Amino acid sequence: MPEIVLVSAVTPVVEAPQLPGLLRASWLVARKDLAIEFRTRTAFFSALVFSLLGLTIFYFAWDATAVAAIDLAPGVLWVIFTFSGLLGLQRSFGVEQADRAMDALLAAPVDREAIYLGKAAMNVLFVAGVQAIAIPAVALFYNVPLGGVWLPLAGIAVLAALGIVAVGTLFSAMAVNTRLAELLLPMLSLPFFVPIVMAAAQTTSRLLAGRPAAEAWPWLRILLGFDLVFVVACAIAFPYTLDE
Amino acid sequence: MMPASRSEAAHARPALIDGWIIAAALAVAAVYVRAIWFTPPEATQGLAQKIYYLHLPAALNAYIAFVVVAVTSIVYLWLRDERADRVAESSAEVGLLFTTVVLITGPIWGKPIWGIWWTWDARLTLTLFLWFIYAGYLVLRGAVPEPAMRARYSAVLGILGALLIPFIHMSVYLFRTLHPMPIVLKPERPSLPPEMLHTLMFSFAAFALVYLALVRARYRLSTERALLAELEGSTEGEH
Repeated sequence: MPEIVLVSAVTPVVEAPQLPGLLRASWLVARKDLAIEFRTRTAFFSALVFSLLGLTIFYFAWDATAVAAIDLAPGVLWVIFTFSGLLGLQRSFGVEQADRAMDALLAAPVDREAIYLGKAAMNVLFVAGVQAIAIPAVALFYNVPLGGVWLPLAGIAVLAALGIVAVGTLFSAMAVNTRLAELLLPMLSLPFFVPIVMAAAQTTSRLLAGRPAAEAWPWLRILLGFDLVFVVACAIAFPYTLDE
Repeated sequence: MMPASRSEAAHARPALIDGWIIAAALAVAAVYVRAIWFTPPEATQGLAQKIYYLHLPAALNAYIAFVVVAVTSIVYLWLRDERADRVAESSAEVGLLFTTVVLITGPIWGKPIWGIWWTWDARLTLTLFLWFIYAGYLVLRGAVPEPAMRARYSAVLGILGALLIPFIHMSVYLFRTLHPMPIVLKPERPSLPPEMLHTLMFSFAAFALVYLALVRARYRLSTERALLAELEGSTEGEH
């Protein structure tokens, strides 16, 4: 019963123009989606299985005697991460299609930016959740020692998730209203994911190879810049994608 | 009422080939006459370098086209003027055409000079991604039937696409590049012999004219399409 969750969750917020109100309203939107996901568990489970399947397929698509697993792991990790992220993003606004739930969300007394930020927060949780299982799975299946680097690796995963979700959430809101819904989201999003995947994969491979941190810094700077620019730009752009 | 407005529309319809298109075609023809017969061949590349006068002006005008898309997208979201949306649409389509020309002439030039058709060099990759972004832009336009929503969605994508280009530029440049470094737009004097430089400048101008003529024609087409949709809507209402 997602609608009931929505109404009961959103009613306490009457005015939300100031920042604390905006964050509170965003959290309520995220909590609504989190509740839906907890009760159905379909999207998370399918994204997880998709990731593990991807790992398996990649393993058999290359000649293990020619390329070392440690050289391949960063690429596999970030490609899988990107595609499984798309599954969650697709659902983000797809779930509002049923019973025209989007209209109820727009009628709720919250800022439109709060809808975007709430949806994005939920998507970050989703993607990070998949990551939390997929990264150890890559380490296990590809025999990559994560010992000393798991903390910086988690940091990169969060930064990459932020960038992917910032853009993907906006495009998900647009794509559901088009004739090509499922096809359009990857087509619009993937060019935007390129700098993220490149930066994340390059940083990861330097980390795993034990290279000095200074070598990864230019890539990390691209990742940080991307997050900063696109979180702000997409939050500003989101209200323009809604009906006026 | 209906026949009047229909014949009015038919009357207002200008010829497909107008003065702009003819002028642009003549300018391009003049560029190649000059490039082939009156400009000295390059010392090491020989005749292969002539493709330069197609490749470079197409690339420069493709960039201009995408700047126009971004600017008119901002104007649309600000003023909600349909004309800005039509210019954005026309410019994206012509820009995609020019980018396609760049992506086709690049490998043709690259094969004899570099020895390979394609390489993941920084500028090649950047151009390829420009192509992807604006192909997505046009697919998005085709997938939204409602005009106001289509205009808003594509304006948002037009602006975000322009914000993305610096990031792709930075990331692809962190990989090693094989492309010749800029020899015209650089702080010191251009290192090109004057004959070649003049031909090149001439070709930039001719391609700018092609760009303007095509955008004009495409703009007219989208105005007519909007008119047609309006007429079809009003006839549906009458029946």
